Amino acid sequence: MIYSYYPGCTLKTKAKELDIYARKSLEALGIEIEELDNWQCCGGVYPLAKDEIATKLSSIRTLNQAKELGRPLLTLCSACHHVLTRVNNDMKTNGDINMRANNYCAFDEPYNGETQVIHFLTLLKEVVGFDNLAKKVVNPLKGRKIGAYYGCLLLRPSNELAFDDPENPSILEDFIKALGATPVVYPFRNECCGGYISVTNKSQATKNVDKIVASAKYKGCEQLITACPLCMYNLNENAGADKIEVKYFTELLAEALGVK
Amino acid sequence: MKKDMELANEVIRISGANPIRCMKCGKCSASCPSFNEMEYAPHKFVDMVVHGRIEELMESKSIFHCLSCFACVERCPRGVEPAKIVEAIRVVKQRQIGENYLDANDIPAIVDEQIPQQALVSAFRKFKK
Repeated sequence: MIYSYYPGCTLKTKAKELDIYARKSLEALGIEIEELDNWQCCGGVYPLAKDEIATKLSSIRTLNQAKELGRPLLTLCSACHHVLTRVNNDMKTNGDINMRANNYCAFDEPYNGETQVIHFLTLLKEVVGFDNLAKKVVNPLKGRKIGAYYGCLLLRPSNELAFDDPENPSILEDFIKALGATPVVYPFRNECCGGYISVTNKSQATKNVDKIVASAKYKGCEQLITACPLCMYNLNENAGADKIEVKYFTELLAEALGVK
Repeated sequence: MKKDMELANEVIRISGANPIRCMKCGKCSASCPSFNEMEYAPHKFVDMVVHGRIEELMESKSIFHCLSCFACVERCPRGVEPAKIVEAIRVVKQRQIGENYLDANDIPAIVDEQIPQQALVSAFRKFKK
């Protein structure tokens, strides 16, 4: 099985570590990926307006390309996963969007949401298995207290994302455990970092980030991990006085697998 | 009055949400990370749409403080989906000429070395139509 890989805009530029360590880790785990040719940016946010079709087309083209190759679509960035999953749901369940998008795209065959969109973490959990992953760890991250920062986009709305329990998620904690480190649960791990608001209102992002960092440190986290380049930016660049080290989860994975 | 309800119906149509279902428990506002930034909190938004008070919402900066984090959508016990209603009001406003919240000419003054493309793409999707 080969997975069609969708890196998205930021993984080629500001979030190269998220991409590079994912590729190295998958190689070590024996999972084959091939980057989609001609993928287009997902747009970063899911267009909520029911009458917006044009802003969903780039995702639909990506989804259809994976369908034509007969491969699942592997995502890594939380925002890409969120947008592609929700647009895919629209193509499955919203007749109006489906009809208008297919009418415009005029693919050889209509696209009806056939592609399976799978996030890298779900691949680790369900295809590799965390027990198996633990066996492949050569540098266990013993004694490190790591907090999972989920943010919003992977979890909510849970009826569409179906990624994990939206209020008490565990996939990243199980991942941290598999790498030999100690996961630290803290209250603000699924609260928003501010997201795109840092473009127009940095101080609002700072208020959110400060609550997250304070909550994580109070519970004893020494480091946070994330799957989202925008969370990474806000946590690093828009924190107030108190900061905490943040890494992409794939960097930790590569370190534990001995391929960093 | 007629115009008010026409605008409200436009917001309901674009959002696909149903504000009538709201039972005013306030869970959306209690969950909202932008509560302190907003003149009208999410539960108030929903009530104002029911009563056709769309122009007041369109004139309020509150609509540009929503993060689309979907905490309100997730936690609403009645499936009202307040984030979709906020977005619809934002959309109705920004589809008017000259009402975009973000202009490409603003960007050079805003960007720093570390800002990810994702932030700019997302902000333009939200703040410019």
